[in-house]
Amino acid sequence: MIGLTAQTGRIFLTFCSFIGELIIFCVRVFANILTPPFYIQAFFSSLIQVGWLSLPVVGITSFFTGGALALQIYAGGARFNAEEVVPSIVAIGMVRELGPVLGGLMVAARVASSIAAEIGTMKVTEQIDALTTLSTDPIKYLVVPRLIAAFLTVPLLVGVGDSIGILGGYIVGVTRLDFNNSIYLINSINYLELWDLLSGLVKGAVFGCIIALMGCFFGMRCEKGARGVGQATKSAVVSASVLILAANYFLTEAFFSS
Amino acid sequence: MIDVSDVYKSFGQNHVLKGVNLKVHDGKSMVIIGASGQGKSVILKCLLGLTKPNSGKILLNGIDPNSPQKNIILAKVGMLFQGGALFDSLPVWQNVAFRYLHGKQKINAREARKIAIEKLERVGLKKSFADNFPSQLSGGMQKRVALARAIATQPEIIFFDEPTTGLDPIMAQVINSLIRELVMELGVTAVTITHDIQSVRSIADEVAFLHNGIIQWTGALNQLDKSNNKYLKQFIAGSTDGPIGTLR
Repeated sequence: MIGLTAQTGRIFLTFCSFIGELIIFCVRVFANILTPPFYIQAFFSSLIQVGWLSLPVVGITSFFTGGALALQIYAGGARFNAEEVVPSIVAIGMVRELGPVLGGLMVAARVASSIAAEIGTMKVTEQIDALTTLSTDPIKYLVVPRLIAAFLTVPLLVGVGDSIGILGGYIVGVTRLDFNNSIYLINSINYLELWDLLSGLVKGAVFGCIIALMGCFFGMRCEKGARGVGQATKSAVVSASVLILAANYFLTEAFFSS
Repeated sequence: MIDVSDVYKSFGQNHVLKGVNLKVHDGKSMVIIGASGQGKSVILKCLLGLTKPNSGKILLNGIDPNSPQKNIILAKVGMLFQGGALFDSLPVWQNVAFRYLHGKQKINAREARKIAIEKLERVGLKKSFADNFPSQLSGGMQKRVALARAIATQPEIIFFDEPTTGLDPIMAQVINSLIRELVMELGVTAVTITHDIQSVRSIADEVAFLHNGIIQWTGALNQLDKSNNKYLKQFIAGSTDGPIGTLR
């Protein structure tokens, strides 16, 4: 019994210490965002890594999701003779939920893992220490450019993903479900509101921050060896994914509960 | 001058440094030797402000590297890491000229490249390697690039962490000779940690022997073989018989 209590206590203390580390890390990062020096080259490099190179995976995911969503809504709607809602539900579903969440999860898998592996490898090969000895703050040089890049590019990726998802739904609707193409398009647009689009983009910005912070945090606390890098990568992806899903719920609650 | 007074450092229950005292005078090359796991790298990390000692005092030219003024002294410090610690994502010349491309000593890229190429040539690398990435170079070449980076901004103090680890004996001697030449030429204070006796004989003016968390012996290089310290004698001889256990 004492052993179990001690074990529970140790796990709780480790968890508290982890949360404390994470909070201190986030405070340090946000405190460094607005103060010079700014590493412009590192920022543009991150823009390409996070944004441009994630475009194919987000686009493909969104396209197939939009198509599958159209089929599901059609099948479900047919039970209530409401097949005509397919275009509007696909559009609303994509921009409010599936675009941001699936886009965020795909970027988390691609980017959080690569950031954690890259920074983790830098940590175990003493490159982070080398930065410090070269009078360069690793937070400013490695974390801030990635955070800003993810904050700016993930909403753009979400926007592109939304459009491609709606396109996927449109192609399936017109070619498989015999919708009239102009009616499909009109119904897609007519039922969308500006806030539907904006809420998805805000979610994208929040998810971008989560992805970059998790990738950098687990990379910076990476332990020695290949196992350490693997562990950091896995932790970054899992944490980013879980936090994206949790943040999505709370943002949806905040935006749409009324 | 480097002044280390009564420095203690523990990691949990592992007491690594148990009262280290060390003085390195200006322009001298001090080599710290000791068996693996005795805390040599920890001393170096404390000297660089990368690890904070639990107690004790460290001063590099009068400045504590763990104080808020650490950047003043780090600007005058060069460091050669054991594995080179070159930035994979940057070409060789940008690694060497890193300080000139970022931070307070920033100059234009063309000037920085010119200085980087001069430093590369000083350590025996052709300028054609300047645009290569570190992963395209051999281990010996990477060490030279790291050495060029360490001397790039005319430091007052240079630290070398196991400079010959992973190199063949010929390349190790090339690096040792380069280090000795550079230390003499630049007139810097140098601290090297190693367990390579050949490096000690090539680089050192003075030697300190670290064992069990304290400096057991310190003296001039020419006194090294005359010491009666039983730990040091066993270490130099590389013998398995003696007070230093082989079970770690």
